[in-house]
Amino acid sequence: MQEYEAEGGDVNAAAVTPHTMTSEERRKQVRDEWSACLTRLAETHDKSEFARLFGYFAPRVKSYILRLGMPDATAEEVTQEAMLLVWRKAHLFNRTKASASTWIFTLARNQSIDRMRRDKMPMYELPEEEPDPDHRDMGEHSVIEDRMKAAIATLPENQAQVLHLSYYEGKSHSEIAEQLGIPLGSVKSRLRLAFSKLKAHWGEDA
Amino acid sequence: MNISHHFDDATLMAYSAGTLPQGMALLVACHLHWCPHCRQRTEHTNAIGGVLLDNLAPSALSEDALNAVLSRLDEPGQEFAAAEPQGTRQQDDDLPAPLTGLLEQPLDQLPWRRIGYGVRQLDLELGGPGATRLLRISPGVSVPHHTHGGNELTLILRGSYNDELGRFCRGDVADLDGDVEHQPLVDTDEDCICLIATDAPLKFSGLMGRLVQPFIGL
Repeated sequence: MQEYEAEGGDVNAAAVTPHTMTSEERRKQVRDEWSACLTRLAETHDKSEFARLFGYFAPRVKSYILRLGMPDATAEEVTQEAMLLVWRKAHLFNRTKASASTWIFTLARNQSIDRMRRDKMPMYELPEEEPDPDHRDMGEHSVIEDRMKAAIATLPENQAQVLHLSYYEGKSHSEIAEQLGIPLGSVKSRLRLAFSKLKAHWGEDA
Repeated sequence: MNISHHFDDATLMAYSAGTLPQGMALLVACHLHWCPHCRQRTEHTNAIGGVLLDNLAPSALSEDALNAVLSRLDEPGQEFAAAEPQGTRQQDDDLPAPLTGLLEQPLDQLPWRRIGYGVRQLDLELGGPGATRLLRISPGVSVPHHTHGGNELTLILRGSYNDELGRFCRGDVADLDGDVEHQPLVDTDEDCICLIATDAPLKFSGLMGRLVQPFIGL
């Protein structure tokens, strides 16, 4: 099994990475590689592809779950369950709709909610066979997400803060309002402002 | 389906962040089933989570974590899962798939409970801080004026209603917070059936509302 102990960087080691690339291009390349890796996993059921994904994503998924407030042992267990789901559901991954990071985020999120509630949050999945005629082809989601990553870094502190409290710490909008001592409406308007700034970076109004 | 009322951005962000109470998350999932526009918006609100995940510093896993997971890949039940069945009952054109799985009968055969003149309800009993229920309102009937302590999401499953905010038809959602006071009126000769999810109890205003509040328990 030792050959599976791939470090997160392995996927990129094989790729040609001229040092003239900008950091944004490099991030896009990394992101594309992981989306390609997940697509290959779905096609080949190759455990070494799974091991690579695990090497990169499992430690990040665990960080995410720890931030939600779970103890280390539980976070470890939920991380492993989430990664098992990556294996089982890989064929449902569609890279025109999400990057590997986003898709794995949604699995980890649902797994965490299941654990915390001990009952299920209905997870939205578009059935594979269901056509989505209105879906505009936006190309690789990685392009969009790279722009967004840059955009998150430029958000004003108070908008970045509510985004982090919501997505990273799993706080409801009411809990955030209470924690920051501001009205619920202000939490929502900060989130809306953040989202509209991020949308501007998608290049088209979504 | 011609959908003209959608969720607030902040609601879809809460859905993506996984912080909505269960009933509200169910309602969002139901609207998404019907609404390509909001599905696409949700791809974007999910992507915020993906970007944040990428930005996180990795945490150490136990040494045997990968082997432990690899050893489970061949267990029965870990094979590539088919698209999961959308509920226990046959698909019902009336209902969005996430709700079909929760209801044991078609809308017309549910054990509706009368809670007032022209108003029937069915509590889905999902638990959590708010309530999740189906409301069935007869033509010409209006729900008493009310505001909301927290947030209220309504998805129209059948029929339509009119209120201060506009006309709401099948597939539309009303995404309301505590500042909004409204009085929906069913405006066709068909019952209006809605799925309603809250994260706090509603507050009725006016004498009629105060009288009816303990009774409806909305």
